[in-house]
Amino acid sequence: MIRLVPRTDTPALLQGSTPVLAVLATMLAGGLLFAIMGYDPVTAIRTIFWDPLFGPAASYSRPQLLVKAAPLILIASGLAVGFRAGIWNIGAEGQYIIGAICGAAVALAAYPAPEMWIFPAMVIAGAAGGWAWGMIPALLRNWFGASEILVSLMLVYVAQRIAAWMAFGPMKNPEGFGMPGSRNLQQYPAAANPELIVGTGAHWGVVAAVLAVLATWFLMSRHIRGFHIRAAGTAPRAARFAGVKPETLVAFCLGLSGALAGMAGLFEVAGPAGQITDKIGVGYGFTAIIVAFLGRLHPLGILLAGLLLALTYIGGELAQLTLNLPGATVQVFQGMLLFFLLGFDLLTRYRITRRIAA
Amino acid sequence: MPCARRAGTNREASMNRRNLIASVAAMTTISLALPSWAQDEPLKVGFIYVGPVSDGGWTYQHDQGRLAVEQEFGDRVETTYLENVPEGVDAERALTQLALAGNDVIYATSFGYMDAVINVAAKFPDVKFEHNTGYKRADNVGTYDGRFYEGRAVTGTIAGRMTKSNKIGYIATFPIPEVIQGINSAYIHARKVNPDVEMRVVWAYSWFDPAKEADAANALMAEGVDVILQHTNSTAPLAQLQKAGKIGFGQASDMASFAPTPRVSSVYNNWGAHYVKSVGRILDGTWKPEAIWGGIGDGIVAIGEITEAVPAEVKAEAEALRDKIAAGEYHPFTGPLNKADGSVWLAEGQTATDEDLSGMNFYVEGITAELPQ
Repeated sequence: MIRLVPRTDTPALLQGSTPVLAVLATMLAGGLLFAIMGYDPVTAIRTIFWDPLFGPAASYSRPQLLVKAAPLILIASGLAVGFRAGIWNIGAEGQYIIGAICGAAVALAAYPAPEMWIFPAMVIAGAAGGWAWGMIPALLRNWFGASEILVSLMLVYVAQRIAAWMAFGPMKNPEGFGMPGSRNLQQYPAAANPELIVGTGAHWGVVAAVLAVLATWFLMSRHIRGFHIRAAGTAPRAARFAGVKPETLVAFCLGLSGALAGMAGLFEVAGPAGQITDKIGVGYGFTAIIVAFLGRLHPLGILLAGLLLALTYIGGELAQLTLNLPGATVQVFQGMLLFFLLGFDLLTRYRITRRIAA
Repeated sequence: MPCARRAGTNREASMNRRNLIASVAAMTTISLALPSWAQDEPLKVGFIYVGPVSDGGWTYQHDQGRLAVEQEFGDRVETTYLENVPEGVDAERALTQLALAGNDVIYATSFGYMDAVINVAAKFPDVKFEHNTGYKRADNVGTYDGRFYEGRAVTGTIAGRMTKSNKIGYIATFPIPEVIQGINSAYIHARKVNPDVEMRVVWAYSWFDPAKEADAANALMAEGVDVILQHTNSTAPLAQLQKAGKIGFGQASDMASFAPTPRVSSVYNNWGAHYVKSVGRILDGTWKPEAIWGGIGDGIVAIGEITEAVPAEVKAEAEALRDKIAAGEYHPFTGPLNKADGSVWLAEGQTATDEDLSGMNFYVEGITAELPQ
């Protein structure tokens, strides 16, 4: 019989190295999978992990890594704060969608005014929208003890419906021949979120992602609120005695992660996505959960994890193009990554012992 | 040399200066990374799909079209595709990667790729793009679409003849012109052969959602509907019809596994007819950016086999209508036709213009349901 016994102390080295181990295990298992499917595993792994960075078209794909990683990092930074406190916001996808809608609403209402205030106002509206959507599970948990996991997740589907309604109804492009989708904000200079420096891929969302990493690092390691969050996550009873109010923390964490997810949505809809459609949610809110855990809920780790996940997206496309790998490869890779990470994490916290059943 | 030609081509006047500089700078780096190609190399043809090629519906039919191109031109073409590319944020990058991979023509097979196609096409003036179901074109961007309402005229005729309860149903996707054309065409032709027919419409607000489509079919049957036309792409409504012993039609793909009943016929997309023609024009140098809207006559819209569940005279009537439409002798929207509010739309003998159809946002007289706006 195999039993899991909690470790009394975990070596710091082991704890820090699990993400790296998980990545290596994913590459091995992925390579094995490709070999079984009849592809050359070395070429496939190189195409996914190496070519986007140093391959023949890297001058295009490297900036694209930033574009793809920015929303993941922005969302995951917020999620990680809550996860540290044991507050599980699974609905960042919904907060992302509502943020995108609220931000776009400002732009569409102001269209075609050229004023400078429009873009900043959109950012505020996007953050406020995401915050408000995050506050729904927070308040329901504080008032009625409803599980924030379920409520936030279910609100994703509500948000998707609202997005469809907006794309086919109030926000439909009046010059769009009755087709769904709003005006394209990329073509509205006062509202657009363009590349700031040509050829870098960096738009305001990338700047915001870097700021979010710095701010959450400061919050978690230098600010009293960060101490409360960590205390609530590791020793809830002790935290309560130390005067930490759980209700305040729930509202703070869900509000913060909601606001950051909402901003991510706004930066996408004003930039790479361009318009509100019924499909503005492309799964960043869910992938960001993998990013947060892969980054060990640490701001710097999240930065690296976001870039790694972006690499699997872009490398996966390259592999489709050059090797004809199926499009589902990326999802398989991301799934394996989280699986191995959680698996290795378990092993850092527990020992496996074999015992003969009595 | 590709680099020189690309940088020297005139771009759209609407492009602002900053974007112009940006794209020229981007192109220079891009072009240097590319090997230049010789004339006798195969034409590289790229496809971008919104779903997986195995979806058995929309994307599957496009991929059948890609295979038809390979079959027709053999070594003269080389095709690749990117599947599962979501509309929006990822489309522009995926299209750029296809262009960077040296594709000479790229077919973008979903409506939501429209603005991304226009953006990427401006950066690659030497690459030809065709966008499916969209309405934006440029010097190197054409569009292509199917006149699906022509197929609905045929299935509507069969529905009008086959219904015993005089109630037919339509599972609609989204209130956009293409779908409204389909509802109107099906109703007009059902009523033509059966003046007592009523039409019920259920909006699924999805192109593919088996659970919701099954619910929609059951809701329609609960209202007494016994023939269902669907605009959605799954076989779930047919499965429900089979249980209830009622009939329906295949959509997007032939759905022949449900023949001879409940699937008594189908309207399916035969994009290969267009792709073969389009690639042929590129190969012989006669390709132009056009707005192609092909129907039964062009082979893009196909009517699946009408099964023995349909009486021979109804089958003959439907096939005669199909052939008249294909030959261009009959337009499914021919007056006299009034709008649902009673106002005159088309006078006696007048046919609808393509402009009318591409912005269609009303039901014809006789459909009592409310059209969601």
